[in-house]
Order: sequence, then structure tokens, then C-alpha cells
Amino acid sequence: MANITTLSDAIATHVRDGQTLALEGFTHLIPNAAAHEIIRQGRKHLTLVRMTPDVTYDQLIGAGCADKLIFSWGGNPGVGSLHRFRDAVERDYPHHLEIEEHSHAGMATRYVAGASGLPFGMLRGYVGTDLLKYTPNISTVTCPFTGEELAAVPALTPDVGIIHAQQADRHGNVGLWGIQGVQKEAVMASKASIVTVEEIVDELDSRVTVTLPSWVISSVAVVPRGAHPSYAHGYYERDNDFYIGWDSISKDRDSFDAWIDRHIHQTSDYAEHLRLVDQEEGVLA
Amino acid sequence: MTAPVIAAEELVATDDEMMMIVAARELRNGVVCFVGIGMPSTAANLARHMHAPDAVLIYESGTIGAKPTKPPLSIGDGELADTADAVVSVPEIFTYWLQAGRIDVGFLGAAQLDKYGNINSTVVGDYDHPKVRLPGAGGAPEIAGSAGEIFLMLRQNNRAFVEKVDFLTSVGNAEGGDSRQRMGMRGKGPSVVITDIGVLRADPASGEFVLTALHEGKTIDDAKAATGWDLRISDHVEITAPATDEELRKLRALKAGEL
Repeated sequence: MANITTLSDAIATHVRDGQTLALEGFTHLIPNAAAHEIIRQGRKHLTLVRMTPDVTYDQLIGAGCADKLIFSWGGNPGVGSLHRFRDAVERDYPHHLEIEEHSHAGMATRYVAGASGLPFGMLRGYVGTDLLKYTPNISTVTCPFTGEELAAVPALTPDVGIIHAQQADRHGNVGLWGIQGVQKEAVMASKASIVTVEEIVDELDSRVTVTLPSWVISSVAVVPRGAHPSYAHGYYERDNDFYIGWDSISKDRDSFDAWIDRHIHQTSDYAEHLRLVDQEEGVLA
Repeated sequence: MTAPVIAAEELVATDDEMMMIVAARELRNGVVCFVGIGMPSTAANLARHMHAPDAVLIYESGTIGAKPTKPPLSIGDGELADTADAVVSVPEIFTYWLQAGRIDVGFLGAAQLDKYGNINSTVVGDYDHPKVRLPGAGGAPEIAGSAGEIFLMLRQNNRAFVEKVDFLTSVGNAEGGDSRQRMGMRGKGPSVVITDIGVLRADPASGEFVLTALHEGKTIDDAKAATGWDLRISDHVEITAPATDEELRKLRALKAGEL
């Protein structure tokens, strides 16, 4: 059964220095509050897994939490570069970041293999690409029935999988709807899992399309708007202005550090950060 | 942002608008199209509002048959899910739908392209010490491999149209000839590149892209100067039909979220 607790307790209980973490959410339901809490608690030497490291991972990387990134597309969607990610890869700032780079299809296959308890997954992919030269854990397997050669990639089995969802019930059963990404796979592939939710309800909404039973989840924490600046379908929209504003905040090392300090280290929780964003100075604060 | 009031005499397409309109014309009605974000998405939605109302737009966020009223900023904006015929998981979109061969056209952009339509979206410069770290592969390698054919659109200049891509992210017509087929690729690869200068089509035998059309006011010299390889020119270069008032009005309304 999932333990229903606070986000700070869930992160303190499950997340350790040096672990492999997967924070998933494909544009929708990105667990940004959880990422802030990881930074606030000062976790280091993490291997971060995520198909689309966007603003969330830009913050974790820029704050020096990550030693390694496993990913398939690292950008600020519709805006441009992730400047902290680029500074790490291009100039080893704040320190060297090892990267392990796949395609989306490959990453999805790796999560499915992990969730399925298989050592690897296979796909028609990667043929002829330079990813084969630079990513050592892409291999091939021959179909025993047809002889066709297919790409093989190892299962992803993170120490902790972290997602955001719309709802949990009082038993900790989690329900989400809208774009579902690889959230279910990330939870099922991981050894422990944390789910932040918009609210706890008596009964999950009839719109729920993905249900994760309480007993496959380690901890559930209520964090209203915990996906912001991403969105939670049926609750709030994507804050596109924040993503656009992030470009200038993150371009400069000092303005990034000041932002992290003000919005994470000097706040006690995500609600306080959201109040800063909403009331005082807007997204650029 | 409010849309400007457009007087009739102001209906002249910019280079980017022309590229999007010409790209939209390439999509036939009923096509099942896996759409990349940005300009391909805008062009595909314009097609849906013009001649191709039954085009099925699929985004890698798992939204099938999405009908956004404005160009989404991200590949997973909420409106894509709200307007879709079906919303499936990311593993499913890449397996049951793309890998299984249900996509007619993959519609992609690129940072760099070579004469065979091979794509780089990973790094400029050396991989380990890149000059510019680009976002990376995303869905493109498997879209390029498994979609029936690939349409590409990007602005033409000799930083983007290069002799050799710095990193081969997604295989186009490989090394030309039948090299792509010999790799076991299921889709036939890139067939057209739409740019802000003109249209390049793959020569069926060699797989090399050849300039086959120029947009109004553009010249062969413009195209050659904007290409980092010795661009082949078709014996019969067409002049693209100018943008119609309807195309331009709809494109601008689409971008303003007023369609």
C-alpha cells in the first residue's frame, strides 16, 4: 500500500545520493514540485533518466544534482535550448555531465522492458545512425523465427520513479488522464515510486484512463499545481509564458543561481514558490 | 496577441509563410501523418483547413487524429489530447502505430541535412566536445525509418544544407542508390524537402535531392548559394504557384488561434 505523506517526507524517505531516478511526464503532468524538493534537499551524484529533459531537468542539472543523464530529447519545447544542460555538456559547468543518449522509441522500449521484468527490449530502430557509435548500450538481437535483426536496448530499472497525476483516492490508488506518456511504465519499472497528485478524492474521476493501484506505489503526496509550469489536464493549463521566460533566466549562470536560491532554497515548499510566481513578480521572478 | 487587420494588397507571403503553404500542399487528403512540432505541425494543420480535411495528424505525445485550433507550442499541449480521436501511451504510439507501418508520411524538420536527406538534430561539431549541443533524436530516427515516406521542411542556408552532417541522427536516403533498402528500412525515406527558396525532390535512382521548383522571386543562384553541396538542378525547374489569399488568410488565422 502506498504511504500517503508529504512531498518532503517522500523525497527524504526514498531518494538518496548516487541513485538513478526517473521523473516522467511527456509534456503533461511533469513532476516539477518533486524536482524542486530534490534540489531543496541537496541530493547529489544522481543519474537522471527522462525521455524529454526539459525545464525540470535543466534545473536539476544546473543545480549540480546530476552526474549522468539518460535521455532522448533535451530541449525547451517550442522555445529552444536548455541552457543549463548545454552549459554542462559544452563546458562541463557546474561539472561534467555524462550522457547516454537514445531515441524516444528506444527509451520507451527500455521502460517497457523494465516494467515487464525483462532484461532488454527490442525494436526496429537505430539502424544506420551515429547513436550506435556513441551509445554503447545499443545492440542487436536476431529473431529466432524469421532471422530478422532487430535493435536491442537494456531495461531501465530506476531506483525511484517519480510522476505527477491528477488524483489519488484515500487508499492511495492513483488515477490520471490526458496525455499519459510513459508514466505508468516509469512507475512499474522502478524499485520504488513517488506520485504527487493534485488532490485526494473519495472516488477517482470517471475520466481516468490510467489507474495505478496503491500497492505498486511507495508514496503518494498531495501537491496542488505540482506539475506547473507543465499542466494537469482538467485542472490547469500549460504555463507557456513560464517556458518562454525560462529561456532568459537560464541563459546566464548568475541569474539561474539567483532564481534557484529564491524559488527553491529560500522557500519551504512548492506552494511558496508558486505564490512567488503568481503574486509578486510573475514568471521571470 | 491580436491579429493584424490585413488589407487585400498586403496579402504577400513571407518566405516562411510560403514554405509552410507549399509544404501544406504536399499533404493529400486522408494521409496519415506523423507530425514534428514547429513548422511541420503548422503546415499539416493548414492542409487540414484547406484541401485535406481528412488528414490524420499524429503527434509523438500519443495523440492520434489531433485537430488543434492553434499551433501547439509543445508536442503535448492539452488541446492535442482534447481534440484527438484517441490518446495512447508513448510506448504504444511508437510500436502499434509507427513501427507497425500505419503511418503514411513522417513530417520532420532538421538542423542539418545532406544531399541524400540524412538528418542531424544532435550536435554541431564533435560529439564529445560539441560547438552546439542540439536537443537530440527524439522520435525522428524511427519516424525516418518506419513511416511510408518522409517530408522535410527547413530554411535553406549553407549551415543547414551541408556536404556531410556532423552527426547522423536519422537516416534519409543513406549513401544513395539502394543503400537505404539494403539496411532493411521499411519506409522509402525522404522524398521531398520544402524550403523557403524552393522544393527539392529525391531522384528516384540515386536518392540525391534535386532542385525541382523555385518560389516566386527566387533564383537558381539563390538556391545554389544556400546549399553547402554542389546542388543538382532539374532540367525543368517549375515556379511555385503563388500563395492564394485563402491560404494566407487561413495560415495567419491559424497562427493567431482564430481558425
